[in-house]
Amino acid sequence: MTLPMGRAMREVFGETVAAMADEDPRIVMLDGDLGSSTKAEIFERAHPERFLPMGIAEQNMLGVAAGLATMGLIPYISTFVSFALIRPLDQIRVLIAQTGLPVKITAGYAGLFTGMAGKTHQVVDDVSIARAMPGIVVVSPADDIEAAQVLRWSAEHPGPVYIRLVRDATQRLFDESYAFRFGEAVVVREGGDVTLLSTGAQTPRVVDAADLLADAGIQAHVVHLPTIKPMDVGAVVSAAERTGRVITIEEHTVIGGLGGAVAEILSEHRPTRVDRIGLPDIYTESGPNDALLDLYGLSATRVAEQVRRTLDAG
Amino acid sequence: MTTLPGMAAPLDADEQARLEDVARRIRVEVIRTVNHARGGHLGGPLSAADILAALYFRILRIRPDEPDWPDRDRLILSKGHSSIGLYAAMALRGYLPLEELATFDAVHSRLQGHPDMNLLPGLDMSTGSLGMGISAGVGIALGARLTGRDCRTFVILGDGECQEGEVWEAAMVGARYGLDNLVAIVDHNKLQQYGWPGASAEHRRPPEEPGELAAKWSAFGWRVLEMDGHDMAAVVATLEATTRPEGRPVAVIAHTVKGRGVSFMEDRYYWHTRILQPEEYAQAMAELGEPVGSAEGEAR
Repeated sequence: MTLPMGRAMREVFGETVAAMADEDPRIVMLDGDLGSSTKAEIFERAHPERFLPMGIAEQNMLGVAAGLATMGLIPYISTFVSFALIRPLDQIRVLIAQTGLPVKITAGYAGLFTGMAGKTHQVVDDVSIARAMPGIVVVSPADDIEAAQVLRWSAEHPGPVYIRLVRDATQRLFDESYAFRFGEAVVVREGGDVTLLSTGAQTPRVVDAADLLADAGIQAHVVHLPTIKPMDVGAVVSAAERTGRVITIEEHTVIGGLGGAVAEILSEHRPTRVDRIGLPDIYTESGPNDALLDLYGLSATRVAEQVRRTLDAG
Repeated sequence: MTTLPGMAAPLDADEQARLEDVARRIRVEVIRTVNHARGGHLGGPLSAADILAALYFRILRIRPDEPDWPDRDRLILSKGHSSIGLYAAMALRGYLPLEELATFDAVHSRLQGHPDMNLLPGLDMSTGSLGMGISAGVGIALGARLTGRDCRTFVILGDGECQEGEVWEAAMVGARYGLDNLVAIVDHNKLQQYGWPGASAEHRRPPEEPGELAAKWSAFGWRVLEMDGHDMAAVVATLEATTRPEGRPVAVIAHTVKGRGVSFMEDRYYWHTRILQPEEYAQAMAELGEPVGSAEGEAR
């Protein structure tokens, strides 16, 4: 069985923040000249007076956001990961993370799906970088349903947040009964042979891979970690205890991201073998989405293959 | 309600003398504190002392006993390494006890090497990495407009700081939004920490030619005013002229002397930061009219 397709998180971003702003006059949108790509244009149509073009000047944009936040406003950021986190990293560190001002860094085009823009736009180390910075929480929703809930939660969170949003439609993992809870992991499939931990839009592909593994007689226990920082230590430890064997799978470098965080936790709390599936220490290339997932071993089929190979290797 | 009774009154001789003495006392506290801490910046705080005196004791609409008053004017020291000058001005204005300056740079102090808004009430933004304060100032000025507050925002930048690209990103956006509630004051002392080679080993110079900075701010759409940043009458008159809204932000180019007030520091790039020798300390304090050994000099 394959999970159905959901809506693109960027559409959800524009619609949800616009709807939030209907009820919350504190919400403003800062756009780094990409509103037509991030779908912040939906916000602009609903609230033109609170849509603030900032031009192609992202260091300033993050600084302006900090200033706006001191005036009681809640700024959301409309640009891509590369320009929302990487280029203005020092501004985030000094003006947002060190101050704790409630700037919502909603980073579009997370992961490999960048409309074939290639390695300049495919930031595959953002989790490692954001996670290492004191004062910022990191959230990576799995699908459109969860993304909408994460966005609604973010306005209530008192401090800065870093949220990863995917450009294109991805598979839908949850239904409307789902309730995102900040800092909590979600068991999305029960099994006793191996624990698969994932985050973001990779989780639905891991659930599909688990179905393929079940066909081969391997019952995987799949846990989704939407909040990467702070990580749900108890859930990670109990998921490791469940099978005694942990594999992390992420659309991200294996250095310092989800796999790194899980290895840190388990080595300290419950030493368990951890294998990490994800991008190796390389820069990626442009291509159609499905081709990229296949190339980098992140499609359901390729994940299932890699899990079997890992388990076979002992 | 406002900072001082009669704040809007013309600058008479007594008021000018009073502000000049505030500037002198800021310089005294800067020298005393950096000497006590055995480290800290000197040249930049001294060049900005007259501007800080005018702002805190005449220009800013503030309530030191209510530092988070929502309608207060905001001040951001974008050149955050001159923090001791800011702390001295704030202490003299009543935001913190004068004695607390002795904790500058010590652990657990509210007076960090660069300003931390979460530690010291009255700081409107944390700064320290150059180029950022002006962006935050644009955000505050824009936020004031969006929230309907008539407060004004002042940002003090260094001239070396204007080499940061972010400053010009902020200048572009501030002008685009026509933020006439925003004033950038550039402490144009023509020296930076190391700069470019000058006429001799003793001399270093900035990258720009005279007049360039004013032309740049003007080219970015800002209303530009220039002043002698050590002539108190000129400082007050210029900063008071910024209140006239003209639909665009104002850049005040303050022509200053790095290390102003201490003869052997003036125009010497290497006094950006430097530890004072005992005889240098004594001479600096004497030149500032606060000889070491006087009652006040020994008080701390």
